Amino acid sequence: MSTTTKLDLASPAPAKATPAKPRRGLRGSPTFNFWLFTGPFLIGLAIFVYVPILWSIWLSFFEARFTVTPEKFIGFDNYVYMLTNDDFVGSLGTFTVFAAFIVPTTWAMSLGLALAVNRLRFMRAFFRSVFFLPTACSYVAAALIWKMSIFSGVRFGLMNTVLGWFGVENIAWLADPNPPWYWLVIVSARLWLQSGFYMILFLAALQNIPGELYEAAALDGAKPGWQTFRYITLPQLRATSTAVVLLLLIAAYQAFDEFFNLLQKTTWGRPPLVELYYKALGENQDYGAGSAGAVILTVLICLVTLFQGKLMGFGRGDESK
Amino acid sequence: MPDIHKTAQPSAKPRRTRRGGGVMGSTGLYIATGVAALLFLVPFYLLIRNALSTDPEITGENWKFFPTNLQWGNFTELFNDPTVPFGRSLWNSTVVATLHTVGVLFVCSLAGYGLARIPYKHANKVFYAVLGTLMVPTAVTFVPSFVLVSSLGWVDTYRGLIVPALFSGFTCFLFRQYFLGFPKELEEAARVDGLGYWGAYWRVVVPNSLNFFAAIATITFINGWNSFLWPLVIGQSPDAWTVQVALSNYMTNQTVVFHTIFMATAISILPLLLVFLFLQRWLVQGIAQTGIKG
Repeated sequence: MSTTTKLDLASPAPAKATPAKPRRGLRGSPTFNFWLFTGPFLIGLAIFVYVPILWSIWLSFFEARFTVTPEKFIGFDNYVYMLTNDDFVGSLGTFTVFAAFIVPTTWAMSLGLALAVNRLRFMRAFFRSVFFLPTACSYVAAALIWKMSIFSGVRFGLMNTVLGWFGVENIAWLADPNPPWYWLVIVSARLWLQSGFYMILFLAALQNIPGELYEAAALDGAKPGWQTFRYITLPQLRATSTAVVLLLLIAAYQAFDEFFNLLQKTTWGRPPLVELYYKALGENQDYGAGSAGAVILTVLICLVTLFQGKLMGFGRGDESK
Repeated sequence: MPDIHKTAQPSAKPRRTRRGGGVMGSTGLYIATGVAALLFLVPFYLLIRNALSTDPEITGENWKFFPTNLQWGNFTELFNDPTVPFGRSLWNSTVVATLHTVGVLFVCSLAGYGLARIPYKHANKVFYAVLGTLMVPTAVTFVPSFVLVSSLGWVDTYRGLIVPALFSGFTCFLFRQYFLGFPKELEEAARVDGLGYWGAYWRVVVPNSLNFFAAIATITFINGWNSFLWPLVIGQSPDAWTVQVALSNYMTNQTVVFHTIFMATAISILPLLLVFLFLQRWLVQGIAQTGIKG
């Protein structure tokens, strides 16, 4: 909260600066110009972000099926319904499992790739490109390749072909939740898609670590490799790491595309957004319950973000620039 | 002038010569990285291989690494197939992603500049109102947004696909951060020369920020082209499908055949792959510079 006080202290500054500036009536007035610049954005933000949020909260207290102008106020019934609804609660569980898998694996993989690429002497740009390239793919395209070529549950799928060389029977990757092989499909697709992006962030951070630190560490007798990594590299990457974890969590919360396309109408492995999509826009068009679910989800995301921010000190010293 | 242009662009590579031997020797490092790279390329290979194969070759019992002869006719077949509105969806994606990019750049850069540079006593409150929206992921608001947009009658329209996605709090935030670091002297010179905020912005700030604008444009275009949930919700009739929605529908559609689907997917990725290959260095710099600070 130190930021607030600092900003408050800063507010008299413009008053001091104004007399120096040429004033040309309304056109030169900072207030007018401020609204001229930010107005279009703020109006759009109000209409397309704030209104939906408020509308959502309002709808969540009504029985609203097939209608967005409901009449029957039902208090917290939608919330009770969603929180006792196995599908919705299950979707929160799905998300938790997914995040528990994908956040650490992507973190480790993108950091590993960045360290490797950073140490290469030749062909560094080539390898960086290769790892970065999947970022160009959409989740839909990746889901298609994964589902129809790599992990198709039949004999001609790449994975089953390769496993077949070792005498492994065909595996129905997506058609059967027992054992839950579909996690492997989903996690591998997302790892492929997003690691390269986070690798770039780590690469940029690695290249900003001053070389003197390593020289000093070497003088102090730290062995290159694990020791320098543990005591120099990792602490220096702290800010980036925190941000990466936060971005990964937010991205995991929004998971929709690959689940929707890989699992289609299966009842298992539905993250919250897929569940809400079917609930609100499916056959029943239950906007009330769907809105209640969205509100619950938003509150959860805010709580996790705040908690994580506290835990890892995100934003500390960020405003000082 | 050109000097400032350069300093606004932090040099991306203060390359150190230090690179300790480490646990793994150089050869081991290259082998490990090489294997990882091959794994990363496999999906691309499969995509191209299947796009240029016949169906029996894709689904054949015996896995063939190379198709026997490349079926370039798959390309024309896809566009001539009247049951698959692929050309239309490609066009929709192009229009939507382009207008989306132009709109986001215009609206968000102006707002970011206003928040960063124009002294107004409530600017911080406004800024917090924008920041607050970052806490609420846009994907979570898709249900009420759909309700809103459908009550405006914008379902199945370009407006519905483009307008609600223009107001990105995150992009506005990135622009604000960038403009905070923009050299003030330039604008002051412009002000002394008699330009208002508006004039200084268009004639001094924007021309000197083209690199940053281009980086944001690329990232926005990629996101626009690849977005799926919103187009799925809004594009209900096949005429309003974007490429991603079309692909998703082919996956469940029984009448469409394998090689067509893979050809369509390959074509849907192609524009972005070209962007990546040609603009890469600069795109990477943009991401490193805009994503987050280390």
